[in-house]
Amino acid sequence: MSDETLLSARGLTLSFGAIPALVDVDADLWPGEVLAVVGESGSGKSTLLNVLSGRMAPQSGVVWYRDPARHLHDVHAMPQPALRALHRSDWGFVHQNPRENLRMGVSAGGNVGERLMAHGSRHYGQIREHAIDWLEQVEIDARRVDDLPRTFSGGMLQRLQIARTLVTHPRLVFMDEPTGGLDVSVQARLLDLIRGLVRRLNIAAVLVTHDLAVARLLAHRIMVMQRGRVVESGLTDQVLDDPQHEYTQLLVSSVLQA
Amino acid sequence: MTSPATGYNFAYLDEQTKRMIRRALLKAVAIPGHQVPFGSREMPLPYGWGTGGIQVTAAVLGQQDVLKVIDQGADDTTNAVSIRRFFGRTAGVRTTTHTGEATVIQTRHRIPEHALREDQIIVYQVPQPEPLSKLESSRAETRSMHGLAEYGLMHVKLYEDITRYGHVSISYDYPVMVNRRYLMAPSPIPAFDNPKMHMMPALQLFGAGREKRIYAVPPYTEVKSLDFDDHPFRTTRAPHCCALCGADDSYLDEVVTDDKGGRMFMCSDTDYCETRRAQGHVGPEAMAAE
Amino acid sequence: MLQTQGLGKQFLLHLQGGLRIPVLDHVDLQVQAGECVALVGPSGAGKSTLLRSLYGNYRADTGHIRVRHEGEYVDIARAEPRLVVQVRSRSLGYVSQFLRVVPRVPALDIVADAARDMTQAQARARAAALLLRLNIPKRLHGLPPATFSGGEQQRINLARGFIGRHPILLLDEPTASLDNANRDIVVAMIREAKQDGVAIIGIFHDTEVRDAVADHLYHVTAMQDS
Repeated sequence: MSDETLLSARGLTLSFGAIPALVDVDADLWPGEVLAVVGESGSGKSTLLNVLSGRMAPQSGVVWYRDPARHLHDVHAMPQPALRALHRSDWGFVHQNPRENLRMGVSAGGNVGERLMAHGSRHYGQIREHAIDWLEQVEIDARRVDDLPRTFSGGMLQRLQIARTLVTHPRLVFMDEPTGGLDVSVQARLLDLIRGLVRRLNIAAVLVTHDLAVARLLAHRIMVMQRGRVVESGLTDQVLDDPQHEYTQLLVSSVLQA
Repeated sequence: MTSPATGYNFAYLDEQTKRMIRRALLKAVAIPGHQVPFGSREMPLPYGWGTGGIQVTAAVLGQQDVLKVIDQGADDTTNAVSIRRFFGRTAGVRTTTHTGEATVIQTRHRIPEHALREDQIIVYQVPQPEPLSKLESSRAETRSMHGLAEYGLMHVKLYEDITRYGHVSISYDYPVMVNRRYLMAPSPIPAFDNPKMHMMPALQLFGAGREKRIYAVPPYTEVKSLDFDDHPFRTTRAPHCCALCGADDSYLDEVVTDDKGGRMFMCSDTDYCETRRAQGHVGPEAMAAE
Repeated sequence: MLQTQGLGKQFLLHLQGGLRIPVLDHVDLQVQAGECVALVGPSGAGKSTLLRSLYGNYRADTGHIRVRHEGEYVDIARAEPRLVVQVRSRSLGYVSQFLRVVPRVPALDIVADAARDMTQAQARARAAALLLRLNIPKRLHGLPPATFSGGEQQRINLARGFIGRHPILLLDEPTASLDNANRDIVVAMIREAKQDGVAIIGIFHDTEVRDAVADHLYHVTAMQDS
């Protein structure tokens, strides 16, 4: 039984001038699993996400992606059109700030339906039905399907972004601090939602977060980064309960318990 | 017919410029609906007055051609008259107001009612060649979208219209899909005229002088107005017949006749109306116009 | 079903200047199907550490932890994280001492989520039955357990551990916060599991419980600090 990774990265290295953002980073992701990348500011975790998703090119190293037909693609050697098409179909990207991924002047239904329309959906009624269905799945009142996102709260915007991203059933989702900046109760709701969706839809995800509790809740595996290097990685509960590396021990012991 | 003035090259433009424009036209015809950049020249009239259309016409015009120029369907407005005179003076070609007699028709914002033939060329004056311009301000981004055929954004706009108004609110310059590949701005012709573009026997050329773009629809090309399966594209026209000739199938202009709210609906296409009247058709207010 | 060989573990506390605390050394234990092994020893000797190591929650430094998984043996001490996840999903269950509370999720769903090989409806029915058996009344099933008492939380934890019907089950102080009545229910559940062929390793603070369910004892001795 072959155990094929969905995404594989080897030797990723990237510096911004004299500042090393990534130093020889490897990463693997299998279908249906969630990998958390944790670290403090400046650890390189967001840079890693950008490089893995093809948004930023490494100075050395390679990122391989296996498509549904099981062909391997070098993400950074792919032609732009192919990468863009990938981001609209098989991949998703959830930004920390939902406004970066939403059209604020377009109704909620239009936002969710856009990917469908980009894929050739031409039936207004069906697109709207689909959009309403997804709004309900992310716990947004279906009656708001025609409302502009300008009228939504921060938590709702984030949920709308998630609906918009998942509507084409991507196999791989990149998430950059999806709960960052939200009130605690809103965070809890959002995490619960993400947890349920990821499990139900068998989505693989790379989740960048500074919050260890989020990693524990959502991720099967975890990678701890410090100054561009992966200092420790493994099973989430093992790394968090029995940290081996000095930095991991520091991170874990620094978290306040409410 | 005006006698040609001396000191001008045929049709005003120098041969090198015409060659450059023709190259752009060939490329445009080869890729229906795709916007081809061209070295738009400074013409003796400001941008927004048809410089693009004039340059295209100048490039395709030959000694034997018969030129018709219309503006909003009329041969007798200032714009149409000026341009017709311009070519009369710089090319010495025969001009006409009859659609059927012309070999080249330059138009601003209308397609003639009279069906065009294979031996005719229609040149459209285009203010804004980019159909996505109101939705995406970055030209680099719209170029990518055309290159990748990523037109979801335009459908989102139509979706929003239907959500807000129950129907698509675009009444002119209604975006079309050309040859099932490129999204195109047909120029500010009324949506009513869009169906004429589909499988038209004549060659359709589009020139935008200020934006420096040329595009084309070759004869017998599929041109489909964007819509949804359950909200199909529909043409609209004023529910009247022409006051002068009685036509009920032409696009009508609404003319205010007095300051008491009186109004008349007349064919926008003056040649069409005159021809019908010459054939004996009479509209309800034919007497009053005379 | 589960067998350790030369299992050893120490804690290396970088933040305390590299302090080494050895906890486990040369642990060789095994448990068969239908059997229960109780870990005994003084407080702080490393019983909980041993149990967590068996589950992969703690990292073993030396030795092997062989767990029977789909007809073969997987060494938890060396296996890739993905494989450990699979083993935990199908073959190895664990009931910790404290319920780690997930916000917003009702008690019933916390238990039902751990069920395997049944439909959602079946899982919820089974979860409800288990909770009721453990004296968690129906009116609490729809509430998130964050505000429940320690004993109630532990019983939800137990329900979650037992619903998975794993062939191997690790229990860490399963009756610690329970009154006598609930304690007896848990004993009965353990006995039933053993009859079903489940292999159990447990830490039982209560000697009566231990005597009621354990077939063998394994002594965990405290190690000297180095």
